[in-house]
Amino acid sequence: MADLRTVFAGISSPNPFWLASAPPTDKEYNVRRAFQAGWGGVVWKTLGEDPPVVNVSSRYGALAYEGRRMAGLNNIELISDRPLATNIAEIKSVKRDFPDRALVVSLMVPCREDSWKSILPIVEETGADGIELNFGCPHGMSERNMGAAVGQVPEYVEMVTRWCKQYTRMPVIVKLTPNITNILAPARAALAGGADAVSLINTIQSVIGVDLDAMAPMPVVGGQGTHGGYCGPAVKPIALRMIGDIARDPELSALPISGIGGISNWRDAAEFLAMGSTTLQVCTAAMHYGFRIVEDMIDGLSAWMDGKGYAGIDDVTGRAIPRYVHWNDLNLKFRTLARIDQDACIKCGLCHIACEDTSHQAIARLRDGEARRYEVIDEECVGCNLCAHVCPVDGCITMEPQPVDGVQTWRDHPNNPSRVTA
Amino acid sequence: MNATPDIACGRLSALELSQNFADAHPALTAPQAALEADRCLYCFDAPCMEACPTSIDIPKFIKAIASGNLAGSARTILESNILGGSCARVCPTEILCEQACVHNSLEAGKPVRIGALQRFATDWQMDHGGQPFTRAPLTGRRVAVVGAGPAGLACAHRLAMHGHDVVLFDRHAQPGGLNSYGVAAYKLADDFAQREVAFLMEIGGITFQGGVTVGRDVTVSALAVEYDAVFLATGLAGVRALGLAGETLDGVMDAVSFIETLRSNDKKDVPVGRRVVVIGGGNTAVDAAVQARRLGADEVTLVYRRGVEHMSATSVEREWAQTNGVTVRLWAAPQGLLSEDGALTGIAFARGRAGADGRVVYDPEDSFTLAADMVLKAIGQVFLPAHAEGEHIAVEGGRIVVDGQYRTSMPGVYAGGDCIVGEDLTVAAVRDGRDAAEAIDKALRAGDGRGRGVEQENG
Repeated sequence: MADLRTVFAGISSPNPFWLASAPPTDKEYNVRRAFQAGWGGVVWKTLGEDPPVVNVSSRYGALAYEGRRMAGLNNIELISDRPLATNIAEIKSVKRDFPDRALVVSLMVPCREDSWKSILPIVEETGADGIELNFGCPHGMSERNMGAAVGQVPEYVEMVTRWCKQYTRMPVIVKLTPNITNILAPARAALAGGADAVSLINTIQSVIGVDLDAMAPMPVVGGQGTHGGYCGPAVKPIALRMIGDIARDPELSALPISGIGGISNWRDAAEFLAMGSTTLQVCTAAMHYGFRIVEDMIDGLSAWMDGKGYAGIDDVTGRAIPRYVHWNDLNLKFRTLARIDQDACIKCGLCHIACEDTSHQAIARLRDGEARRYEVIDEECVGCNLCAHVCPVDGCITMEPQPVDGVQTWRDHPNNPSRVTA
Repeated sequence: MNATPDIACGRLSALELSQNFADAHPALTAPQAALEADRCLYCFDAPCMEACPTSIDIPKFIKAIASGNLAGSARTILESNILGGSCARVCPTEILCEQACVHNSLEAGKPVRIGALQRFATDWQMDHGGQPFTRAPLTGRRVAVVGAGPAGLACAHRLAMHGHDVVLFDRHAQPGGLNSYGVAAYKLADDFAQREVAFLMEIGGITFQGGVTVGRDVTVSALAVEYDAVFLATGLAGVRALGLAGETLDGVMDAVSFIETLRSNDKKDVPVGRRVVVIGGGNTAVDAAVQARRLGADEVTLVYRRGVEHMSATSVEREWAQTNGVTVRLWAAPQGLLSEDGALTGIAFARGRAGADGRVVYDPEDSFTLAADMVLKAIGQVFLPAHAEGEHIAVEGGRIVVDGQYRTSMPGVYAGGDCIVGEDLTVAAVRDGRDAAEAIDKALRAGDGRGRGVEQENG
């Protein structure tokens, strides 16, 4: 059996699956249930200064796609709206009863040294394993100069991180906002401030949809709407890219990463690990199906690691990074061609119409009386994969790499005006 | 009155009868329809569409259900098939669109429920949107349509759309043809056939004249003189006989008449035997057998002369009969009707088997008898000409001969539906009616042969 135990920024947990700072980790009742269900850790929903914030009623909007619910989730909820003392007492109680689990506390207070200096000892006293700085909340708090308003300014990230490192012995995890052009800038700032780790991505600024009757963005609060933070399966590609960019950066490669962004099952988890994560934070999947989903995440990841011969999480972390390159490093001589398994083909014609209308006219539509047949025209196929993606039958259309004769990248391609010449 | 005491009305309570003749397959709810619509892969060059005799753009109408565009969905269906609502209910989809659905290759026997989705969209239109089509500028032309079944209705509607006026004749008091008088009640429950006719007629320009038998009350030649064109859609008005002694006994009747009685009367007033034998292997036999059971017959046996693979009823229909408690017996030919004191008591059959040359061989020595107080004959319907002897309408193989434009051999007279050669399906009749209307419209606009051309042009 693969060993799923992780040590992340000095924080131990029995498995890499943590619940992200969010509604599921808002209070003791939920967190106890999460630990009982098997979660390796939680990041407690963000604490702020008293008096607590006030949340609105009607908080979530969801993106459904062709019958699948919650492909994306958007929220306009703020940080914890309960008194600080209540949260602190509950954190202490839970940590005492679950000493083997990671319990990290998310924090967000105004960008003043005093504010941070005063809250840190209170948190430290709970016995929590670490803190996560919420520099990512993209709605409500950012208008109050907190959350993403800090995360978008590398200098602030560095400054606040430094205060925290100065006033607590707890490990400091900096949670990064994706609402920025280059993720490396705040990641470098976090490192410069002394961060022990980063976690990403926080939610993406979004308007999930428009209620066409109310003629207002959703979720509709008393006839009006506002932008929120977007998460769930749909944001996974954005998260993987940002995590990978940090993991492959030579200056940042030693910075542990807690991966967040639409992780819904063990396969997503493995991908986040491969792109450089050490722990994984989950929210939407738990909000969709409850805490029990962690069972298959643990089981599936373990079985997959056993099958691949990976003994521990460290064997997987960053495994794909050496092969995560810049476009200019790709071999332009590589060629792959679509192959249709005629026995598996159900004759839906989707590959043909997709290629015919929107790609390279490389799938011929043949008729022999009643019988339909779709065939790849190799000469026209550029190996774009579109047909394989639209095909509803798994394994029916595969891409077949062709023999490669050497390597030529854009860097040395004759069409490149600024090519590197010997 | 029936001489046989074991034929009686009201074997079941009013409640039981109303349950038994309620919708056999209730409508999808909106959430069910949304789920089912999302299963559709939206095939290109979709096999289902090709399998539909009326070529409804099935992926398009299902996509519209999925997107919540129900008016667009219904219009897509109805512009190909104005009787899309009844076809959704009566079509043997298992041998048409749903058989062709590519989902069968992914999960055998789990096609997208195209018929149920079609019903969902067309029901929505009838409940919310009314008649979605309007008439083109009036042409002043008048067309006589003989037979108000699916073919005649589809033809009348399309002609009305093109701006022609239509007089729709039928021998029955009510329009609808087999939908009103021939299909099992639970397939078109809640008076659907009449509601659909009313919906269709909302387009305007169609006048119904019931109780007119062409050939008796008026001749085709007379109609051809009075109207700019004539469309014959008289269906198959005759039924085959067993050719056995005793066919006139009380209790021996045509399944078609039995169903017509059932469709025309309150169910409590429809007599049925305690032990019923239905002879035949088609959908009419199944409809008669199941409805006999649902009227309260104790034992219903459907006897077919050959094997299941030869039955024209689909496997779904056969299983429907069996789940309704109908016993199906195969490879048996009726040999003689049995009676006592002039009252039917049973029917004898000879057992048969496929001979060496593939033809079925019955052994008169190897026979069995089924006790029966009612025998329903469903061994096929036949074409009865509506035109008189001497009217030059060519008939071949018992059906009216038409060309690719649905023209008969009599100038200006067209025909379609079951009275011409082709599949005897409601949906095929609708196609014939629609396409004949297009041919008639084209001919009238061209001023073809008989009389003036159409002066107005459509915008």
